[in-house]
Amino acid sequence: MKIIVLVKQVPDSTEIRVDKVTGTLIRAGVPSIINPDDLAGVEEALKIKETTPDVKVTVVSMGPPQAKDMLKELYARGVDECVLISDRAFAGADTCATSSTLAAAIEKIGYDFIIAGRQAIDGDTAQVGPQTAERLNIPQVTYVDQFIKVTEDKLTVRKSLEETEEIIEVKLPCLLTTLSGMNTPRYMNCNDIVDSFSKEVKVMTFADLDIPKEKVGLAGSPTKVHKTFTKDVTAETETYDLPAEEAAKLIAKTLKEKQIITK
Amino acid sequence: MAKFEGYKDIYVFVEQRNGVIANVGYELISEARKLVASIPSMGFQVVGVLLGHNIKDQAKDVIAHGADKVIVCDHELLEGYSTQFYADALTQIIEEFKPDSFLTGATVLGRDLAPRVAARLDAGLTADATKIEIDLTKVEDGEALLLVTRPTFGGNLFGTIVCPNTRPQMATIRPNVFGMDPADESRTGEIVEFAPKFEDTDAKVVVKEEIKKVVEGIDITKCDILVGAGRGAEGCLDMVKAVAEELGGAMCASRAVVEDGFADKDVQVGQTGKTVRPSLYIACGISGACQHVAGMDKSDMIIAINRDPQADIFSIANMGFVGDVNEILPLLKEEIIAAKKA
Repeated sequence: MKIIVLVKQVPDSTEIRVDKVTGTLIRAGVPSIINPDDLAGVEEALKIKETTPDVKVTVVSMGPPQAKDMLKELYARGVDECVLISDRAFAGADTCATSSTLAAAIEKIGYDFIIAGRQAIDGDTAQVGPQTAERLNIPQVTYVDQFIKVTEDKLTVRKSLEETEEIIEVKLPCLLTTLSGMNTPRYMNCNDIVDSFSKEVKVMTFADLDIPKEKVGLAGSPTKVHKTFTKDVTAETETYDLPAEEAAKLIAKTLKEKQIITK
Repeated sequence: MAKFEGYKDIYVFVEQRNGVIANVGYELISEARKLVASIPSMGFQVVGVLLGHNIKDQAKDVIAHGADKVIVCDHELLEGYSTQFYADALTQIIEEFKPDSFLTGATVLGRDLAPRVAARLDAGLTADATKIEIDLTKVEDGEALLLVTRPTFGGNLFGTIVCPNTRPQMATIRPNVFGMDPADESRTGEIVEFAPKFEDTDAKVVVKEEIKKVVEGIDITKCDILVGAGRGAEGCLDMVKAVAEELGGAMCASRAVVEDGFADKDVQVGQTGKTVRPSLYIACGISGACQHVAGMDKSDMIIAINRDPQADIFSIANMGFVGDVNEILPLLKEEIIAAKKA
């Protein structure tokens, strides 16, 4: 059984700051991490590999050449194969172009099912998983927080919705999107770390994929960034530096005036 | 001569579960009304799209909430939500009616459906929008270009996204981002029934069981008064709760407090938590990181208490108090009790 896990290298968004003068992101010194929802997917695939015979876990990522280091780390966690889809032709891709590119690579690699993280913490779109499933014309289950049963022709999973959970059976081949927090990703294993040094990350470029140029990169992206900016200050603010007693009195008085405090 | 011949109107996906229409659909219709009003020369309508089974009767509610027209797709395969059948039906509706733009709630269902449909149509889709406008400079050329703004990088940066070359322009919007206008039962509109054609009726995904999540406490997105605890209030969470209770509201928390294990993920406000818009939000010991602010800056009134006079929260608050929450909150609780009696 071949499982493909889609992963993305992202800046640790909790550490990102914005330059308030230029309105741009300060990327210097911000560490790159494996996107948390994707790492949960890798862990699920490795758990399935432990309990199911003949499972091969292939991790697929699209990104710049530096993403190789992240993929090497996944070898050290125990995955079987890592593929990096990387080419200047793919630069500037939105989710539409990214999903076309990923789907073209996935067709070449072959799979029984695909796991993708629900969303990446840098873009938060949650679109690449479903759009890749659409390109491959396979069913999807998004927001999966538990794998219940894996058989040769179908999976049983639990999907987490706003107010309910659903136990779902889905036929293979299919794509699932996973939520961080569904498991605790394993640490890298010492032997696997040593082995990872000798393992190569397979690179696929535009030339390796059967996809027209107008479907990838900027050309294949219907959405364009019109502008970026940092938050405007909108509210009229009055800031008081008062002793605690007076501050409490003023708040209560204001709430009374606004009829938020009533009898 | 319109730039995109045949594409017109703003469409809104009206999400329903078990026959109950979710508010987010009505919030988007209310916002779409404002958008069409900003471009009268285009002559656009607001169109609701309602998919399900035995739901025809609900179309008039969609009109009462502001739609000029409702496209109803009633079919037994659409009884419960299915990515496969909903995507098939919705794609056919878009191909048939050619919406200029198409808005969907960024719910679990909407975020499952909209990307799938957008990919099938090779249409541009912007996720989790917090603001939608129309570029008025292009209207005289017959183009209603949507300017869709969304937070990115965990709310640290905002991006305005456009789809200049494709139609429909698609976007998802989180619940509670836009306000909902009250229903007007006297409104009239057109109801159009659409019969989908399903080529493959074999369901690839089957829901075997539905389990209600055990919700501890209350749904903060439905609270009118919220008192938010940040890391600066971790030492006095009982007092945050007490003040919330005195005001008839509830406590919510920043990501830091949830990650530190002091509050449940269900009450987390922000980019990775919930979006709230109460009448009153009291931010206690919250620094005002973009990621938190993205989830609460639409509150009608924001009062912030923080020790650090430079804290970012003060820039979005209506009233800011530089001080220690540990000292102010117990006094505030007493003042509220006194004010109730007065």
